[in-house]
Amino acid sequence: MKYELQLKNIKEGFRKDVERLSQQKISNCYQCGKCSAGCPVAYAMEYPPTMAMRMIQLGMHDRLMSANTSWFCVSCETCTTRCPREIDIAKVMDTLKIMAQAGKYKLSDNEIPIFDWIFLKSIELTGKIYEIGMIGAYNMLSLNPFKDVFPMGVKMILKGKISFIPHLIYNPIEMIKNIRMFKRIKKKDRERIYEKNA
Amino acid sequence: MLKVAYFPGCSLSSTAKEYDVATRLVCEDLEIDLVEIPEWTCCGATTAHITSELTAAALPAKSLIWAEKHNMPITSPCSACFSRLKMAHLNMEKDPNLKKEVEEVTGETYNGKAEVLHLTRVMLEKYGLENIKAKIKKQLKGLKIACYYGCLMTRPAEVCENDRVENPMIMDNLVSALGAEPIKWYYKTECCGAAFSLTKTEIVRKLSGDILKEAKTCGADLVMVACPLCHSNLDARQPEISKLLKTDLNMPILYFTQVMGLALGYDYMDLMMNKHFIDPKPLLKSKGIL
Repeated sequence: MKYELQLKNIKEGFRKDVERLSQQKISNCYQCGKCSAGCPVAYAMEYPPTMAMRMIQLGMHDRLMSANTSWFCVSCETCTTRCPREIDIAKVMDTLKIMAQAGKYKLSDNEIPIFDWIFLKSIELTGKIYEIGMIGAYNMLSLNPFKDVFPMGVKMILKGKISFIPHLIYNPIEMIKNIRMFKRIKKKDRERIYEKNA
Repeated sequence: MLKVAYFPGCSLSSTAKEYDVATRLVCEDLEIDLVEIPEWTCCGATTAHITSELTAAALPAKSLIWAEKHNMPITSPCSACFSRLKMAHLNMEKDPNLKKEVEEVTGETYNGKAEVLHLTRVMLEKYGLENIKAKIKKQLKGLKIACYYGCLMTRPAEVCENDRVENPMIMDNLVSALGAEPIKWYYKTECCGAAFSLTKTEIVRKLSGDILKEAKTCGADLVMVACPLCHSNLDARQPEISKLLKTDLNMPILYFTQVMGLALGYDYMDLMMNKHFIDPKPLLKSKGIL
């Protein structure tokens, strides 16, 4: 990767944004590479975690946010556990995804944002996960309607592992409270993510 | 009698019903009183913390607040739920601003006093290994078990507490106490692909395949897990993985409470082992356990 390092190229705003939202000091990273060495999905990433950290330091948001790196982070926290500079790298990856999903950057992955939206909608409306509805909706929206249906899905239904009836919170007051809570969270999140740098 | 607030989690009422059944049976036998939290909501799993930090803290907070009010330690048999409960508790402790926001959106106050424990720790530390040994009816002689911890009950280090992060021993100690042999292997805490099961399935097949291969190479008869997500990746996806690797892995995956249940004298159907994709019956019969 060729990148001319000049002071005028470094966009500090991106680093500050990520540092504020993740509460991690990314400028502490000294590029030892331990995170990438332990990362089980580094092989599938366009830029491994070490490089992602450097790109944040240098404010290269255009390249980093259009890469698959953060979307392929599986949140196993191996990097966080091993980082000698005590940076919670998994949380930084979360922050990148949060920023993209809040509309701050263009989404560079189709599958996970769709899945997240459906998953959280299920919690918002029923308080719990409604597996078969969620899988069905995900397959439809990701334009792959028969994914995992045969033989795994059919076998799961036959074994009674997936039920057609959603398990709801039975108390209607609690359900309304739950929906209200989600509304308040959305408002607060927007405020937090779009807050201007001090 | 040990009283514990019980957070079963969504998976335990669907894809991991057998884990719930086995857990309740074993706890009844050990006289651990599991009080299910009424009207618990989903912990939000991985999805919540990659979408919004506040959602990830607010969803488990409701259950934490309930447990704190009723003065009980809170436990979940699901590693993912446990991890979210624990992380929500720790994050609110570290960040008072987050705690304030959580209190605002849930409309309740949290004093940060809930004690979050994984079910393995409730059994081994609160209840005690010696007490478990006293209850055993059948020694699981000759069974070689690979204890698979995965990510969420060991990482980050704060979650793991007094066990070792890179080489946890809590389940191995349990296995030895039951009379079986915990094997030495190096994929104890590797990731199975977890939340990518539906979205990036090819990654799950590779990571879970590596784990199963390693368990086989190290001579395990079965893999013991404590997480419904690890279980579904290793068990329900195993036929696909076997096809991909062009070998017949045929490695039964059991929940730790099912293995305990066997030692406590319950049989195949009590523990709902028929629900697994890879049937453990031939193995357990050949070892004379069933």
